[in-house]
Amino acid sequence: MSYDPIMLLDAYRRMRAIREFEETMRREVQAGTVPGFVHLYCGEEAIAVGACMHLADTDYIGSTHRGHGHCIAKGCDFEGLLLEIYCKQGGLCNGKGGSMHMADLRKGMLGANAIVGGAPPIAIGAALSAQVLGNKGVALAFIGDGASNQGTVFESMNMASCLKLPMIFMYENNGYAEFSGVKWHMGSADITSRAAGFGMSSVKVDGTDFFAVYDAMNDAVTRARNGEGPSSIEAVAMRWYGHFEGDMQKYRKSGEVDELRRTSDPLVKFEARATAEFGIDADELREIDEELREMIEDALAIAKAAPKPTPDALYTDVYASY
Amino acid sequence: MPVKNIRDAINETLKLEMRRDDRVVVIGEDVVGGLGGSSGVEEAAGGTFGITTGLAAEFGRRRVIDTPITESAIIGMAGGAALTGLRPVAELMFIDFIGVCFDQILNQIAKFRYMFGGRADVPVVIRTMIGAGAGTGPQHSQALYNMLMHVPGIKVVLPSNAYDAKGLLATAIRDNDPVVFCEHKCMYLETCEVPEESYTIPFGVAKVTREGTDVTIVALSRMVMLANQVADKLKSEGISVEVIDPRTISPLDTGAILASVRKTGRLVAVDECNPYCSVASEITSLVACEAISSLKSAPVKVTSPHTPVPAAPNLEQLYAPDAAAIEAAVRRVLG
Repeated sequence: MSYDPIMLLDAYRRMRAIREFEETMRREVQAGTVPGFVHLYCGEEAIAVGACMHLADTDYIGSTHRGHGHCIAKGCDFEGLLLEIYCKQGGLCNGKGGSMHMADLRKGMLGANAIVGGAPPIAIGAALSAQVLGNKGVALAFIGDGASNQGTVFESMNMASCLKLPMIFMYENNGYAEFSGVKWHMGSADITSRAAGFGMSSVKVDGTDFFAVYDAMNDAVTRARNGEGPSSIEAVAMRWYGHFEGDMQKYRKSGEVDELRRTSDPLVKFEARATAEFGIDADELREIDEELREMIEDALAIAKAAPKPTPDALYTDVYASY
Repeated sequence: MPVKNIRDAINETLKLEMRRDDRVVVIGEDVVGGLGGSSGVEEAAGGTFGITTGLAAEFGRRRVIDTPITESAIIGMAGGAALTGLRPVAELMFIDFIGVCFDQILNQIAKFRYMFGGRADVPVVIRTMIGAGAGTGPQHSQALYNMLMHVPGIKVVLPSNAYDAKGLLATAIRDNDPVVFCEHKCMYLETCEVPEESYTIPFGVAKVTREGTDVTIVALSRMVMLANQVADKLKSEGISVEVIDPRTISPLDTGAILASVRKTGRLVAVDECNPYCSVASEITSLVACEAISSLKSAPVKVTSPHTPVPAAPNLEQLYAPDAAAIEAAVRRVLG
């Protein structure tokens, strides 16, 4: 497959943005400025971006509690995201959602979801809308390895298969469901074989390899837009940090993350191939790095300084009318 | 004016609303039926009680969508479709099945608008069947609407006759919030006058089904019919009973209930739910908090007992409140 350099630069920008954003969040959690829980996406950047490069604003994604990366990959702006994570006025959800419930329907982002396995039924609803309205849209649910054990996920796969919905199940196998390893918590050898059992195309890829995710997604999106029904992709990429930021990670052997950083950093792998094979200039990537760092710090400063929701906001937005 | 039963009034409303708005779709188990069967019959079901009969013939299977038996996926899919351009009417065949899809109602659909900062409309209707009296046993006979009244973000509708069923369902489908529409399974064949044309009935507006001055009965769903019977019977004894049918419990027309109790000074709250945290409890609490000085006697709650619904017909007859229990309660508040 050939890759358009403009697409590759855009993909790099989104992956780097996720990394920079999440490392900034990590720093800020440690400094104590962030309210509530945050769940960081470092190590998994190539999955969100490999998927979302194929999606327009009119396509929908359902997300997880680990949703910052999905939001950025789908095009949500830093300021809206950071205002929301800081629960401030003007956030994507006016401060009422926070890190685990961020949504931006204008960007086709159906919400991070703090119920494990909560999003796939909603995402198949977006796929149903596309099918009924006949607009060639597709929907995708990001689903963790932990969520892959939930009944809602099985129900959603079966429904999508029966109705031939334009739907993609993007499994992010990041090695751990909270504090338990996938080797124990999953009764089957992998997610791919389970998904295949629901009668859909099902492939497993290296989730740290942008190109592998992008290619698998290309096939899945083509099938969906052609009315050929749902697909499953299991992308394997260990998370670098804890379940939530602050997790002591006693379940991990020492050096595990150092090894991941050394051998399978999605950004390093991307840059090596993009520069060697597709003529991407490393200097240009460094400019992107610098630009993003500045944008995120600026947005962070705005978020920190922004006003909190006013007390009356507690009572608004429950109903459209009541 | 033509006389129609509740089943036909609901069927007619679904058709009228689907003609009115292409975005309205019907989703559920065997709302058409027959897919994958050996007979090749085009509409093998039309809904368990025939409520969705004829919809597929007029609107096609693209908008009348059969699903597997998979309630979480049905309700979640309807919610997701409501966020993305459709106005789904999903069928949860029996409200008892809410146990297997409650997350999608409680944590997803009910909260979308609020947790997205007001930036989402969620025009989804969940039609569901409630109630004891049909011999359907512990897992197909509950009322349970009290549990939904507790959840912010959901509206809960309980029609007690065909006229209200038609107007309230039209309102529900045109509403931009999630609505649970509770149909009593023993009332589908109850008839009254129903206009041919489309009309809406606003939520949160109670109906006074009997006017009276001595006692207020607040009753819901099938209990309204029984309360009316009691009011008519006691009238011949010179006891003047007012019957209030809230029609929706979220929003609840507290003003109508309080105004009636301030007039009569006596309250009987009748509700098919189990007693603790029932709607009858909520109404009694409302009156105690807001109108206690008007009360001439302690209010009485008439509910089902704190038990599951038994299968044995003789036991089931003892389960939900009947006219005799309501009449006894009226006599009790009269002292």
